[in-house]
Amino acid sequence: MFNLAKIALRNLRRYKRRSLLTVSLIAFGVVFVLVFVAVTASIKNFMIAQITDSYLGAVQIHRGGYVASIESLPLNLNLAPDAVSQIERAVVSVKEIEAYSERIKFGALFSNFTETTNIRINGVYPEKEFAALPQMLSRISAGERSVRALEKGKILVPKLLAQGFGAKVGDTVVVVATNKDGSVNGKTFLVSGILESATGPGGRDGYINFDDAREILRMSDKEVSEIAVRIRSLPQVEEVAQSIQSALGLGEKKQKGGGIEVHTWSQLSPFATIANMIDVMTFFIKLMLIAIVLISILNVMIMAVYERVREIGTIAAIGTLPRKILSLFLVEGFCLGLTGALVGVVFGLMIIFGLNLAKITFNFGQATGLILAPTIAPMEVVTASLLVIIVSVLASLQPAYKASRMEPIDALRHL
Amino acid sequence: MSLIAASNLVKTYRTEAIEVKALQGVSFDIAAGSFLAFVGPSGSGKTTLLNLVGCLDKPTSGSLQVAGVDVLNLTRRQAAEFRGRNIGFIFQSFNLIAVLTAFENVEYPLVMVQELRPAERRERVLEALKAVGMLEQKNQMPEQLSGGQKQRVAIARALVTQPQLVLADEPTANLDHETAYMILRLMKQMRDHFGITFIFSTHDTRIIGEAEIIYTLEDGCLLRREERERANVQSGEDRAAKLKAL
Repeated sequence: MFNLAKIALRNLRRYKRRSLLTVSLIAFGVVFVLVFVAVTASIKNFMIAQITDSYLGAVQIHRGGYVASIESLPLNLNLAPDAVSQIERAVVSVKEIEAYSERIKFGALFSNFTETTNIRINGVYPEKEFAALPQMLSRISAGERSVRALEKGKILVPKLLAQGFGAKVGDTVVVVATNKDGSVNGKTFLVSGILESATGPGGRDGYINFDDAREILRMSDKEVSEIAVRIRSLPQVEEVAQSIQSALGLGEKKQKGGGIEVHTWSQLSPFATIANMIDVMTFFIKLMLIAIVLISILNVMIMAVYERVREIGTIAAIGTLPRKILSLFLVEGFCLGLTGALVGVVFGLMIIFGLNLAKITFNFGQATGLILAPTIAPMEVVTASLLVIIVSVLASLQPAYKASRMEPIDALRHL
Repeated sequence: MSLIAASNLVKTYRTEAIEVKALQGVSFDIAAGSFLAFVGPSGSGKTTLLNLVGCLDKPTSGSLQVAGVDVLNLTRRQAAEFRGRNIGFIFQSFNLIAVLTAFENVEYPLVMVQELRPAERRERVLEALKAVGMLEQKNQMPEQLSGGQKQRVAIARALVTQPQLVLADEPTANLDHETAYMILRLMKQMRDHFGITFIFSTHDTRIIGEAEIIYTLEDGCLLRREERERANVQSGEDRAAKLKAL
């Protein structure tokens, strides 16, 4: 093997410019993939964190059927007090869970005494809500940025509504809602803050204290529409969701069972589709890398075989077995791929390091001046490198096979 | 016993339009230790005959035994193994591997064909290079060698596997007159020392006289056999010992 590698490397050195060009092309492909993966993964992870930490939570728990009817915010599909207790016990038992927040959600009318519109109200316990959604405080663009913003009698108004109604911090507004028995009730609130949307323009979610929500809905028992859960490590969201289901005794059924549903953020947010698209783009970028490697190695190896026909004839004539001739060219392809991958990884990591030093900023939703911090998992580096090496060997296979099948007499006649 | 026994060898090349009879019923016996030339004009069938003897090609009909083996029944792989063990080749254009030094070129068949251990390889390569007078140039690349030196390295490469037979197709065609004689003398010297049978083809009238047995070919037929001289030939068993003794 050592001798094969020695001969292969010498042959690559024989055609320096061509080998250098091929290695550069492969390295460029590897750099492109690594930087692309690092940057998109960084942006994607940031976006997911923004969504899960500012309004959705990593996992949500509902009564069975609630999510399917979520647009109408059905009060008759709230979790009953005993189910809430059961869920609380389960959630506390899963050590990967950092915090959770119970919410009561309902549709209501929002009025500033001169105009009225509809609003989605979230009744929450402020301490629990801000603990489960640590970035929510940063969404408050005006007013109090603390748990006091959701003290009893206060409301956080979505920016869209505040602008439309000219509502300001300190104004008094009325929220009117119908409870599940059909009776209507209202309550006045002091606007404590204006809430930016988490993902861009839009959003009609206002927040009030959980007790105020119960008062408006004349709810004697503690019913809950959903429980938002924050976990310690977002990539483990599926495992945590499984653990919650197990703790709830939902068995093997992934989501439904026992009247309780457990959903991960990706099942609830349309952004999951965008995240998937980023993954698909990454996949296609990797396909491009494969194409670059395949074409460049195939080209260079076909040329190598063509230019060395007489040499192949000579080594075959003196008794070199076809499989050794095959190996000789495969090792050449392997060396090209390995060198290209190594050079690409070195430059790729240097560029990623440089991007981190450069502190490039970008905007997402209402968040501006976010610093791009691309990172890449070691597994991604290993995968890209292995991909290049495997494709290099595969691309060499056809020319190598052709070389190994050459009749020495024909090859020796080649001019 | 003959090293090579050929009987009624016919080789026909067919293309869509024409059929060329390169050999038309050639028969001969060659004894071990011969220093023999196939001579004749271009197209007479010399190279075709060498290719058949060297197991690089198969005849259309006839029978051929080399070193007691019916080489016509060998598969592609078996033929390669047979060549690796029994036949050395010297080519008109030297055909050294450009990326390997003189030493590595000679070592190549021991690494890739006979798979000897490094220590044994080194010993045999140095002995072969010494035998052809190329020990001092062992670390030079082919491009740094003259034509005569390249052919000496090629001879060392052909000898290093200790074959029974060395085939040389027009070995002096790319060399000047003086170097051509020198190479022929070297080949004969190697035959004398190792008892290896040397067969070469040539149409160069200047060097034909160096051969002890001459087979003249014309239009694929063997016209005549001339025996000029017979040198003392050692038995095949002595080859390794002789090589070592050099």
